[in-house]
This record gives sequence, structure tokens and C-alpha cells, in this order.
Amino acid sequence: MTTMAAEQKPLLEIRGLEARVAEKPILRGIDLTIRPGEVHAIMGPNGSGKSTLAGVLSGRPSFEVTAGSVLYDGKDLLALKPEERAREGVFLAFQYPVEIPGVTNNYFFKAALNALRKHRGQDPLDAMDFLALSREKMKIVGMKPEMMSRAVNEGFSGGEKKRNEVLQMLLLEPRLAILDETDSGLDIDALRVVANGVNHLRSAGRAMLVITHYQRLLEYIVPDFVHVLAEGRIAHSGGKELALELEAKGYRWLEKEPPAAAVGAR
Amino acid sequence: MSETAELRDLAAKEYEYGFVTNIETERIPKGLSEDIVRLISAKKEEPAWLLEWRLRAYRRFLKMLADGHHPKWAQVSYPEIDFQDMYYYAAPKQQAKYESLDQVDPELVRTYEKLGIPLAEQKRLAGVAVDAVFDSVSVATTYKAELEKHGIIFGSFSDAVKKHPELVRRYLGSVVPYSDNFFAALNSAVFSDGSFAYIPKGVRCPMELSTYFRINAQETGQFERTLIIAEEGAYVSYLEGCTAPQRDENQLHAAVVELIALDDAQIKYSTVQNWYPGDENGRGGIYNFVTKRGACRGVRSKISWTQVETGSTITWKKPSCILQGDDSVGEFYSVALTRNRQQADTGTKMIHIGKNTKSTIVSKGISAGRGSQSYRGLVKIGPKATGARNHSRCDSLLLGDQCGAHTFPYLEVKNATATVEHEATTSKISEDQLFYCRQRGISEEDAVSMIVNGFCREVLRELPMEFAVEAQKLLGVSLEGSVG
Repeated sequence: MTTMAAEQKPLLEIRGLEARVAEKPILRGIDLTIRPGEVHAIMGPNGSGKSTLAGVLSGRPSFEVTAGSVLYDGKDLLALKPEERAREGVFLAFQYPVEIPGVTNNYFFKAALNALRKHRGQDPLDAMDFLALSREKMKIVGMKPEMMSRAVNEGFSGGEKKRNEVLQMLLLEPRLAILDETDSGLDIDALRVVANGVNHLRSAGRAMLVITHYQRLLEYIVPDFVHVLAEGRIAHSGGKELALELEAKGYRWLEKEPPAAAVGAR
Repeated sequence: MSETAELRDLAAKEYEYGFVTNIETERIPKGLSEDIVRLISAKKEEPAWLLEWRLRAYRRFLKMLADGHHPKWAQVSYPEIDFQDMYYYAAPKQQAKYESLDQVDPELVRTYEKLGIPLAEQKRLAGVAVDAVFDSVSVATTYKAELEKHGIIFGSFSDAVKKHPELVRRYLGSVVPYSDNFFAALNSAVFSDGSFAYIPKGVRCPMELSTYFRINAQETGQFERTLIIAEEGAYVSYLEGCTAPQRDENQLHAAVVELIALDDAQIKYSTVQNWYPGDENGRGGIYNFVTKRGACRGVRSKISWTQVETGSTITWKKPSCILQGDDSVGEFYSVALTRNRQQADTGTKMIHIGKNTKSTIVSKGISAGRGSQSYRGLVKIGPKATGARNHSRCDSLLLGDQCGAHTFPYLEVKNATATVEHEATTSKISEDQLFYCRQRGISEEDAVSMIVNGFCREVLRELPMEFAVEAQKLLGVSLEGSVG
């Protein structure tokens, strides 16, 4: 897969990306290329800029880009509003999914899907078709149908919220899925279910950026590349073995000696 | 289209109902006097007792005006109203014989069609009987004959005075006496029309009854009265909607609504109020001063008020329940939205008199722009109201930082066995919520509208289906441009 993918046009090209949050520089020059079909894992200690990268790519207003560029499918991603990015196929599975009281999952998901369909020039799905589709996707993440009539994330447990994120990802079928610490706070069973949902979406045309603190998730979602973020830069990049090495030796090991598996950030 | 025309269109889109109907109007002279009161009564060919009642109300009003009883307690401000500088009666000149819809002026039929209320026999709304009030008179009522088969009386107030004077005389002013307050006194003196509904014993009204109020004429106030009586075991669901043209002047709307529910009767009263709210600088718009009250006279009777208030430059209303019958139930569900310079002071009064009476208050206030609103509610538990219960919940949602929300709950408990609960919250639409929606492809404006509708859901679900859909749209349209 890797060799074939290398010949493909990149889906995402990040060059010299710098960003700050509340005047504080967080990203200090990120370079990363992701091609369709690839799964990239971003690891790194707390405060290294992992979630900021996810926020900048999805357009969170509180993050300010100060330098660099991001091309998505050849377009200037940073010039698009968050909703335009979403309609172009960029999906963020939130680390802390937000509650929206009084708005049901069913209503919200349908509105989201139909916004995307409208952008693609497709007719909106009607209630019946949407119901059938959502039932099918809910099975994949082990959610009960009655969850559809509850308010978005309201009163959901941590595990239910993460499943709800993956469910939306399954419904919206993004071209670039960014998972921001989707494994945090999950027990091993929930982790498997969530990973299963994510793997379900792996395909030649779709790329994923999996942000995680721990190697554990990557046992279930096996990445093509692993990048280690430190102080706002990609300190090392390598294959899936890098994650295992990191897990065994800890992040501090990187500061002392270059890992065997590392091939260097490009 | 030129750029300015496009901009104008965009601005006009905000208030869809701001058009004026060109129709010949008959108006009585400007101003307020005893002669004007007599003239209105004469126009209506009213019996002497009603004229007497109006005149008593008028004298009371004059006294209140002289004593400075113009209410000042509400959290609203507006220039003093000049009661001599408006017309108290305006009606389309060519009045059809009220009995036949075919004879209604086609211009009026078109007006209501434009408002989404078809009156013509073949097009009328399924399952909803409509009484159409235009300025000072009722111009048509649909499904009259159908309702008569069930013994239900529904139509204009003036018609009821002529055909069922005994009912009107017995109940008029029995819930809201003319002496109740300043605007009730004014209304009682000069009211020109309104709707009347009577549901006989044991009858469940087979369709929704509704009144559509339209103000059209310039410099004219609308003063209507609604009286609904549900006899023993009867049930009725009544809806009202209101719109007015977009004008720079302020127009006064001062209505009185009285509901009477006897033993085991149930009245559900829903309002979608969309009077012209004025422009973003607070110019123009309707002053909406309304007194609405229901009396649960019978045991186990129930009155429930549901209101969605998005229009008017000033809204002043407290739909209330007097829970007289034992085990009677009062409910108040309200959504009020203020933006630009709109001001609303709304809430309810729940007066518990009978044993085991129960009331529920759910109020949702949304403020945007420089809108200001207050919830003002009274829960009063009388000494004989053993086992009475009340639950109140008042939530405010703020959009932006120039708007305001205030809550004034008043409690008077004179029976130790009563249970009274009050909850209140104030929140802002969070950036996180908006971003979450936008990340899913939903535009910022749609996201705001969705979050607001979610916030109001408890209230909106109390509305009949068609109205709920309309109210949702209305909240969406009213909030356009409120973000950022």
C-alpha cells in the first residue's frame, strides 16, 4: 500500500505550519504529507501540540495560524471556513464532544449529512432513508437505536460520546478523518469497538490522522506512519514500530538518542 | 438588480409579513372620547348593556389615566403613549355579509393567502378553523357550519354578541374585569372585535380553532377581545397568530383574553406572536400590551398557555391561571425572543385557590443584539389550597454581550402543605457548540438556529404540529444576522 500510495497525489500537504493559542506559540513549523489511503499516527507528550494541530486543520476559531500553508486536495485549506472544510470531507472526531441540549442525534446527524450532500450536489436523504442508514452504521459501533432520539451527547458516558463521534464519521464518510485522542478514557472493550468503526472506514481513497498519547490504540488501528511531536515540531517519523519503541522507552528516550526505526521528518 | 435593491430585499427578508394591503378603509375620527366609545358600540349595533359596560370601563380608564395608573413596574421603556393620537376603529369599507366566505373582498382573501392562511372553501387549512381579524373587525371564519353540527360556537365576537348575548353577558369581564389594569380598562372601552368560542358539555372540539390577527391600517390600534368557554368535560385547542406591516410608527395592540374551564374541561391556548418588531434602531413596531387570563372554575379542569413571542417592539403580557376548582391544573410554556431593540416583560401568574391544584411554568428567554427581556412570574398559594404544587423553570440564553435577561419570580405561600420549586439558569451559546456544528458541515446561522430550537424544545413540543414547524422557522428567521 505504501509504495502505491507514494505515487498518488497528496491529499494533505502541511508546510512550515506555525500556530498560536491566546498569544502563545504552540506549533513551531510542522511539515507533513498525507496521501489517500494512508493512516498517520501523531504521538507525543502532553502539550506538544497534538490537539492544536487537529484544531488548526479543522478550523477552530480560537487557533491563530501565524505561518505556513496547508493544501488539501490542492486547495488552500486555511482559507476555508470550518463548515466548508467539513463539506469538503475533513472530519474531526473530538476529544471532548460537545453537548447540544434539545437537539436529537437524529436531527443533528441528518442535518450534517444533508449539508454535505447538498455541497456534493446530491438530493437530501429523507427521514426513512436516513433511518435505515443510521441503523446500519450504529450496529458497527454497537449503539442502540434509541440513542438516536437522545439529545446530542447530553448525559452520554465518556465511551458513548466517543462512539457517537465514530458513528458520525461512519455516516459522513470523510476523505480526511482526524481522530483527536479518541482513545482517551476508554476501557479496552470500548476501544475495540471504536477501532473497529474506524477500520471499517479505511479505504484507498481515504486518509486518517490518528492523534494519541498511547500506543494502545495503534494495536487496533495499525498506522502506516508514526510521527512524534515535540514542542510543536515533528521530532521523528517512522513506521508502526516507532510506536512500540516509544511505548517501551518513553518520550524522554527520544531526546537522548535517535530511534532505530526513525527515518526523519520530511 | 442593483446592489441597493438586493440589500433592501435582504433586509426585508427579515420580516416577511411587512407588506400593506391596499384596501379602502373606513375609519372613525381620531382620538378617544365618550363619543368614540358610543360610536364603536353603535357601529357594532350593540345592546344597551354592553354600551353601559364600555362606558363604565372608559370612565375607569380616565380615572386611572388621571391617577397616573399607567403601569410602570415592567422592565420596559418607551415614550408616553398619546391616546388621542390614534384611531380606535378601522375596517375594510366593503364589508361582506359575514355569513358567506364567497363575498369576502378578494383583496382580503389574497392578503390572508399571502400570510399562509387560505380562507377559500376549497383551499382552507385541513383541521383548523380560522377566524380572520383584519384591523378592527373579523372578516371571515372558516368551518363554521361543520362546527355548528357539534354545537360549537366559533366566530367573531361581534357576531356572538348578536346571536348569543346571554353567554357573552354572563362571561364577559368575569375573568378579567375592566378594572383589572390600565390596558384592560382601555380595551374594555374600545374593543372592536375578536373571537368567541363556546364548546358545549362533553364535546371534544374536532379541530383546532384559530384566530389570525392582522393590523393593516396606519395609526390605528387594535383592541380585540377573545372569550373561550369550555363547558363541563369539553376540550378545545385554540391558536392565535399575528402580524403587521413594517412601519416607522409605533402601533398599539391591547387585547384581553378570557378563558373559562368548567368541571373536567380542558383549554389549550397557543400563541405565535409575530407583530412587526421594529427595525434595528428600534424604529417602528407594535406595542403589545395584553392581558390574558384563564379561570379553572371547575374541578379537575385544566388550562394551558403556550406562547412563542418573537415580534413586537414591546411585549407586556402575563397569561395567567386562576386555579379555583380542586385538582385543577395550570400550565405556562413560553419562548420569548428579543433582538435589536426589542423589549419583553413576560411571564405568568398562577393563583392557587383550590385543593391539590397544580401548576407548571417553563419559560425560555432568548436575547440577541441589544434585546432586553424579563421573566416576571407570580405563584400565589391561597390559605385553602392544601396540597398545591408548583414547579417553575426559567432559562435564559444570551447571544452576544449587549443583550440582557432578568428573572423576577414572586412567591406568596399561605398554606404550609404547598410545594413550590423554582429553577433558573442563564447561559450563552458557547463557541464550542458552534464549532462542533460547523465542523459537521452546518453553517453558523443554521447552527445558532438549531441550538436555539433545542433550547426551546420543551416549549415547542407543546404546540400543535403545524404551529411548531412555523415557530421553528420563525425563530430561525428572527435570528438571521444575530451572530458575530
